[in-house]
Amino acid sequence: MISNIIIQIGSFLLVLLACVIPLGRYMAKVYGETPPMQRVFGPIERLIYRLLGIDAKTEMNWKHYAVALLGFNGLGLLLLYGLQRIQVWLPLNPQQLPAISADSAFNTAASFVSNTNWQGYAGETTMSYLTQMLGLTVQNFVSAATGMAVLIGLIRGITRRSSSTIGNFWVDLTRSTLYILLPLALTLSLVLVSQGVVQTFNASQTVELLQPIGNADGQTISQQTIALGPAASQIAIKQLGTNGGGFFNVNSAHPLENPTPLSNLFELLSIVLIPAALCYTFGIMVGDKRQGWAILATMTIILLGFTALAVGAEQAGNPLYQKLGVDDHASALQAGGNMEGKETRFGIVNSALWATVTTAASNGSVNSMHDSYTPLGGLAPMVLMQLGEVVFGGVGSGLYGMLIFAIITVFVAGLMVGRTPEYLGKKIEAFEMKMAALIILIPCVTTLLITAIAVSSDAGKATVFNSGAHGFSEVLYAATSAANNNGSAFAGLGANTPFYNTWLGIAMLVSRFWLIVPTLAIAGGLANKKLIPQSAGTLPTHTPLFVGLLIGVVLIVGALTFIPALALGPIVEHLLMSL
Amino acid sequence: MRTFLRPALAAIIIFSVLTGIIYPALVTVIAQVAFPSQANGSLIEQAGVQRGSALVGQQFDQAGYFWGRLSATGPVPYNAAASSGSNYGPLNPSLAEAVQARIDALKAADPSNQLPIPVDLVTASASGLDPEISPAAASYQVQRVATARGLTPSQIQQLVEQHTSQPTLGILGEPRVNVLQLNMALDQIKALD
Amino acid sequence: MNHTLPKNRSLFDRAIVGPALKAAVLKFDPRLQVRNPVMFVVFVGAIFTTGLWLQALIAGGETSPNFSLAIAGWLWLTLLFANFAEAMAEGRGKAQADTLRQSRRDVQAIKLSSAQRTSKQTTVAASALRKGDYILVSAGETIAGDGDVIEGVAAVDESAITGESAPVIRESGGDRSAVTGGTRVLSDWLVVQISANPGETFLDRMIAMVEGAKRQKTPNEIALNILLTALTIIFLMATATLLPFSIYSVAAVKALDPSSQALPITVTALVALLVCLIPTTIGGLLSAIGIAGMDRMIQANVIAMSGRAVEAAGDVDVLLLDKTGTITLGNRQATNFLPAAGVDIRELADAAQLASLADETPEGRSIVLLANEHYQIGERQAAKLDAEFVAFTAQTRMSGINIAGRQIRKGAVDAIERYLREQQSVLPSDVRANVETIARAGGTPLVVADGKRALGVIQLKDIVKGGMKERFGELRRMGIKTVMITGDNPLTAAAIAAEAGVDDFLAEATPEAKLSLIREYQAGGRLVAMTGDGTNDAPALAQADVAMAMNTGTNAAKEAGNMVDLDSNPTKLIEVVEIGKQLLMTRGALTTFSIANDIAKYFAIIPAAFASTYPVLNKLNIMGLASPESAIISAVIFNALIIVFLIPLALRGVRYRAVAAAQALRSNLLIYGLGGLIVPFIGIKLIDLLLVGLGLV
Repeated sequence: MISNIIIQIGSFLLVLLACVIPLGRYMAKVYGETPPMQRVFGPIERLIYRLLGIDAKTEMNWKHYAVALLGFNGLGLLLLYGLQRIQVWLPLNPQQLPAISADSAFNTAASFVSNTNWQGYAGETTMSYLTQMLGLTVQNFVSAATGMAVLIGLIRGITRRSSSTIGNFWVDLTRSTLYILLPLALTLSLVLVSQGVVQTFNASQTVELLQPIGNADGQTISQQTIALGPAASQIAIKQLGTNGGGFFNVNSAHPLENPTPLSNLFELLSIVLIPAALCYTFGIMVGDKRQGWAILATMTIILLGFTALAVGAEQAGNPLYQKLGVDDHASALQAGGNMEGKETRFGIVNSALWATVTTAASNGSVNSMHDSYTPLGGLAPMVLMQLGEVVFGGVGSGLYGMLIFAIITVFVAGLMVGRTPEYLGKKIEAFEMKMAALIILIPCVTTLLITAIAVSSDAGKATVFNSGAHGFSEVLYAATSAANNNGSAFAGLGANTPFYNTWLGIAMLVSRFWLIVPTLAIAGGLANKKLIPQSAGTLPTHTPLFVGLLIGVVLIVGALTFIPALALGPIVEHLLMSL
Repeated sequence: MRTFLRPALAAIIIFSVLTGIIYPALVTVIAQVAFPSQANGSLIEQAGVQRGSALVGQQFDQAGYFWGRLSATGPVPYNAAASSGSNYGPLNPSLAEAVQARIDALKAADPSNQLPIPVDLVTASASGLDPEISPAAASYQVQRVATARGLTPSQIQQLVEQHTSQPTLGILGEPRVNVLQLNMALDQIKALD
Repeated sequence: MNHTLPKNRSLFDRAIVGPALKAAVLKFDPRLQVRNPVMFVVFVGAIFTTGLWLQALIAGGETSPNFSLAIAGWLWLTLLFANFAEAMAEGRGKAQADTLRQSRRDVQAIKLSSAQRTSKQTTVAASALRKGDYILVSAGETIAGDGDVIEGVAAVDESAITGESAPVIRESGGDRSAVTGGTRVLSDWLVVQISANPGETFLDRMIAMVEGAKRQKTPNEIALNILLTALTIIFLMATATLLPFSIYSVAAVKALDPSSQALPITVTALVALLVCLIPTTIGGLLSAIGIAGMDRMIQANVIAMSGRAVEAAGDVDVLLLDKTGTITLGNRQATNFLPAAGVDIRELADAAQLASLADETPEGRSIVLLANEHYQIGERQAAKLDAEFVAFTAQTRMSGINIAGRQIRKGAVDAIERYLREQQSVLPSDVRANVETIARAGGTPLVVADGKRALGVIQLKDIVKGGMKERFGELRRMGIKTVMITGDNPLTAAAIAAEAGVDDFLAEATPEAKLSLIREYQAGGRLVAMTGDGTNDAPALAQADVAMAMNTGTNAAKEAGNMVDLDSNPTKLIEVVEIGKQLLMTRGALTTFSIANDIAKYFAIIPAAFASTYPVLNKLNIMGLASPESAIISAVIFNALIIVFLIPLALRGVRYRAVAAAQALRSNLLIYGLGGLIVPFIGIKLIDLLLVGLGLV
C-alpha cells in the first residue's frame, strides 16, 4: 500500500518536473523580446494587435495596466452574465435549457471571470452548449491569461530598474492566450478525447438498460439518458487554466469527463503544469534560476505535506465501516479506505492526491467528493485554500501570491540579519508592505466574514446539508473556496440560492481584483526602484533555509487565522469520529 | 477612456471568437475524425441497439448480475443526465443507514456468504455513474451470480478476470472490473431468465 | 563644574526605573495609546473587560466576576508593561538630556558690534543672540552659542558634550574653528560668530534627539507597523467571527443532543484570545527598541540626528574611510635603512639619526629611535653637540645638520637630487632604484646625503592600526565593502590598501572625486557611509547615506552629516554600522518570537473556550492546564509577563556577531523562532501550576 502511494505520487511528480524546464523556458521566451514560433503565431498576433488598435511597443505604467485589465474583465463579466440570461433565445441549445436566474448568472459570471470557477449550477442541466463555449470556455482562457499577465507585470517590476512601466497588458494577454494556453489546450483536449472524453455537438444519447429498474413510484425504467456535449475542449482549459468549472456536475469524477487513470494523470498534471513551470520562467526572467527552484520547492513541499495528510486520513478510513464488518483494508484487489464519494478507477491515492493538488492550485475541479472525506482528509484541501492559494495557486496568481509571501518573509527575515529588507535586489518599504498586507488580509477577512454571515442567517443555514460540525465545515469550505478563488466545493451545501450566489459572487470578485490591483501597485513601485547589488550581507533567497522560512510564514499567516474556525469544524469532527 | 475601452471591447470579441468558437470547433472536427467512438460517448451497440456507454455504469440489483457501486443520483440511480455523489459526511447518520441498507441487500441476496464485504460495494461513488468495482468486490459476488445463473463459480471467476483492467502501465490507477461489460458478457454466455 | 556623560549605565538604574514607572502610568492617555494600533486594541479590550467585570459584579454576567476581573486586570498590566518598556527607553535618554541641559543654563554673553575684538561691547542673554552676531568669550566663560571662531586661539573644555576631559584647541580658520554652545573656554579668548539661533543649536538638537521629543517613526518602523497592524486586523476578524461560529456550533450540538450543556464562547474569553494572538510582544516593545537604538549610539558617544540615520547604518554596503587616522596611525614611521652601494648600513643609520636629532616631527623621532634600536646608535643630545641644525623649509624641502665639517641632509628624492647637483654630484642609480621600490610598496623614501655622497634611503611607512585587517575581514563577511580614501598617489595607496586589507581605494582624492565616487556607488544601488570633518567634506557628507561628522570638525561638516561623533574617532563608523544592524535584528527577532508564541496560546485557549460545546476538544489541551478558566488566565498572564522579561533584550539589543546574512538568520531563527514556539508552552504551564498551587483558580 505504501509502495502504491509512493509510486502513484512519485510518477506524478516526476512527469511534472520533466515538463517544468521546457515549458518554463518556452514561456520565458514568449514574454521576452522575440517570442518563439513566429511562423505560426506571428501573423495571428500582429492581426490581433491591429484589430485591437494598439501599438504593441507602447508600454504602460501600473495604473494604466490595471485600468486596462479591469476594463477587459469588467466587460467579460457583463458579457457572460448577459449570455446566461438570454441563452434560451440563442442557438446551440439542443436541450432547450431556460435562462439562468439573475443571482445564479451573477455568481457564475463572477466565478468564471475571477478564475474561481465555483459551480453553483449543475453543468449538464443548466448551461447551453453556447453558454459553455462562448461564455465559460472563453473566460477559462482569458481569466487565466489575466493572471499570467499580472504575474509577468510583477516580475518585470522586480527585474527592471528605475522604470516607470511594467509592460503592455494587451500584449501579455494576447501572448498568454495565443502562445501558451491555446496550443496546450488543443493538445490536451485531443489526448482526453482519445481516452473517452466526449466532444460532440449532439444532444444527449438514450440507451436501453441491460437490466430495467423500478423507480420510487413503482414504474419501470428501461432507458438511460447519457448527457454528452463538447466536453473535452472545455475540460482541457479548465484544468490548464486552474479554472476547475467542469462540464458535468460532478466534474472530473464523471466518467465521461475523466474516464481512465491515464486521463486522470493528464488532467492532474495540467492543474499544476503552468503554475509550476512559471516558477522556472520566473527564475529565468530574474536571471537566477535558483530563485525559481526555491519557490517551486516551497510549493512542492507544502503540497506533499498536505497530500500525505489527506492520503493517510482517507486510507485509514472511517471507523464506521469496520464497526459494520466491512473490509476496508487496502490489498492487491481493492483500494480500501474511505471509498464513499470516490471512483473505483482512482481509488484512494489518486483521489486524495487530486484533492490536494486541486486546492493547492486554485483549480477546484474534483475527481471525488470532498464532502464525504474523513475530517482530516477534508481539512487538508480546506487549509490549502486558506493558505491564500499560493501553493501553485492559480495560473499566474499563485506565483504572484507566493511572491507576496516571499516579500513578507524577507521583511521579517531581513530584519533578523540586520538590514532593511530587500527581495531580489529591491528594497521592501512601507508602500510595498502596505500593499502586501492588503493582499494577505483580504482573503482571510472575506472568508471569515462570509462564513460568519452565513452561519448567523437563516438563509445561510437553510441549505446546509450535513448536521453538526460537518455542516459548519461545509459553510467554511464554501466561503474559503470563493474567497480564495479556488472553486472547489464540499458539494453538500446547497449553494445555488440567492443568498450564497450573491455573497460568494461578491467574495470571488473582491478577492480576485482587490488583490490584483495592489499586486500591480507593488510591481509599479518595485519597477521604480534601483537594483541593489547582492553581497554577503544580502539575505539569500534561494537556500533551503529560506525555503523553510517561507513555508513557515505561509503556514503561520495562512493557518493561524483559521485554527479557531477549524477547531469547530474538521478538528472537532475528527476527535468525535475517533471517539 | 476611449484608449482603454476600444481595445477592451475588441479584445473580448476577438478572444470570444478565437477561444469560444474556433477552438472548440477545431477540437470537435479533429476529435470526430480521429476518435469518433470516444468523442461520442464510447457507446456499446448490440444488434442495432445502444446498450449503454462503456464508461457509464448502470444500476443492477438482480442476483444474477454483478452489482456496481451505490449511486446517489436522483431520481433514479445511475441517472447519466444528472451526475451526483451522496455528499454524506463521515459522521452523517444517513451514511451509516445507506451502508447498512446495502449490507442488508447484499446479505439478503446471498445469505450464505460470510466473507467480509469490500468497502467499495457499500459506498456511493463520486459521480453516481462509476462503471467499475474493485476485483475484490467482484470476487465477493461470484458465488451469488454463479448460483443465480446456474454456472460454476470458476466459470464466473474466469469471466471476471477477463474483464479486470490492471493499473495503466502497471502503475497508474487501481485494478478494476467494468460491471456493465461483465454483465453483458454474462448474458452472452447464458441469458438470464 | 565638570559633568561628563555617564556611560554604561546599568540597565535597571534606580534613577531611571522610578520616573519610568510614573511615566508609564501617564502613558495611559488614549491619545498616546491610539498611536500604536496593536496596543490600542489591548487598551480597548481592557476597557471592555472592565465593563464586563462591573456588569458581572452588579447584574451578573456571562462569567464569574473574579474571572473577568482577572482578565481585565492583566490586560491593564499588559498595557502598563508596554508603557513601562517605552518609558524605560526614554528615561535613559532623558537622564542624558538632563546632564546636557545643565550646560545650557542661560549664560550671559558679551556681544560685539562688529567682528573686531575692540569693537563696542554689550552684555546680553544667550537667548538674545541671533545667527550672525559676534561675541567675545574670555577664559573661564561659557560659550553662549554655536559658532565659528573669527579671531583668537583658545583651549576649550568640551567635556559637557563629548565626555572627554582633555581640552581641545579652537582657532580661527581651518578645520578647528567650530565651537559649541555650552562648552567652556579655559585659556585666552575667542571672537565667535554665532551660527545658530537659540533653540536650533547643536546642544538643543542633541537634547531633543536623546529625549526622543522629535522622534518620528523611521521608515522601517512604519513598514513593520503596517505588517503588525495587518496581523492585528486578521486576528481581530478571526476572534470576532468566532462568536457567530460558536453560536452556530452550540445550536448544531443541541440539535443532535438536546441534553447538551453547550454555551457559546464568552466575550471575555474572546477578548483574552484576541489579546494573546495579536503581536503584543513586539507591539509593546517596538518603540522601546527604536529609542534604545538611539541610546546605544549615545553610549558610543555618537549623536544621530535622526532615527532614519541609525536604521540606514544597518543597511550600509560601502564604507568610505579616510586613510590617515582611520586606517593608519596618524604618522609615518621609519622602518628600514637601505644604504647605497659601498656604504655601511651603520654609517647610513648614524647619519640619518644625526640629521633627525633636531627634527621633532613624529617621522623624525621614529628615525632616531630606529637607529637606536637596531644599530645601537645612542641618541645624542642635540643641544650638547657642537652642530648647526638645518631646519626644513618649504623652499629646500630638506632638513639636516652641519657637524664637524659634514653636511648631512635628508629629504625627498627630488630635493636631495637638486642638493647633490649643487654639489656637482649625482644620485647613484642603485639609490634611485631603492627609492622606487619603496614608493611602489606604499612607503615614503627619504634620501640621506653627506656632502657629495648619497648614503642611502630611509624607508618611512604608514603603520596600519592593529586589528584593522581583521575588522575589514569581518565587514567583508557582513557584505560591506571598505574603500580607503587617501591623498597619496595610486602606487602608494594600492600598497597600503593591500596591507590594510580594504577592498578598494581612492587615491589622490579631492572633495570632488569623493563626491563623485559616492554618487557612483549610489547609482549602483549601494548605501554609502563616510566620515568627514573639514568644510570641503560637506558636499560629500551631505550626499552620503550615513555621514558621520567629527565633533572637532567644522560646523559646515556637522550640518551636512546626519550623525556626529563626539570622540572624533573615524573608526567608530564601523561600530555605528553594527548598532544599526543590531537595532534591525532586535526588531526582526522579537517579531518572530511574538508570532511564534501564538501556537502555544491556541493550544491553551481553544480547548478552554469551547469546553462546554465540545468537551472532546480537551484532547488539544496538551499542556494539561487545570481548568478552562486557569488556561485562559495563564495565557493572558504569560502574554503580559513576557513583555517585562524582554525589556532588557529590547533595550540592549540582540547579541550581534559579524557573520554573513545566512548564518545570522539561521542562529536568530533558532533562538527566537524555535524559542518562541517552545517558551510559551513552558511558561503557560508554569503559571497554571502556580495559580493552582496558590489556590487562585
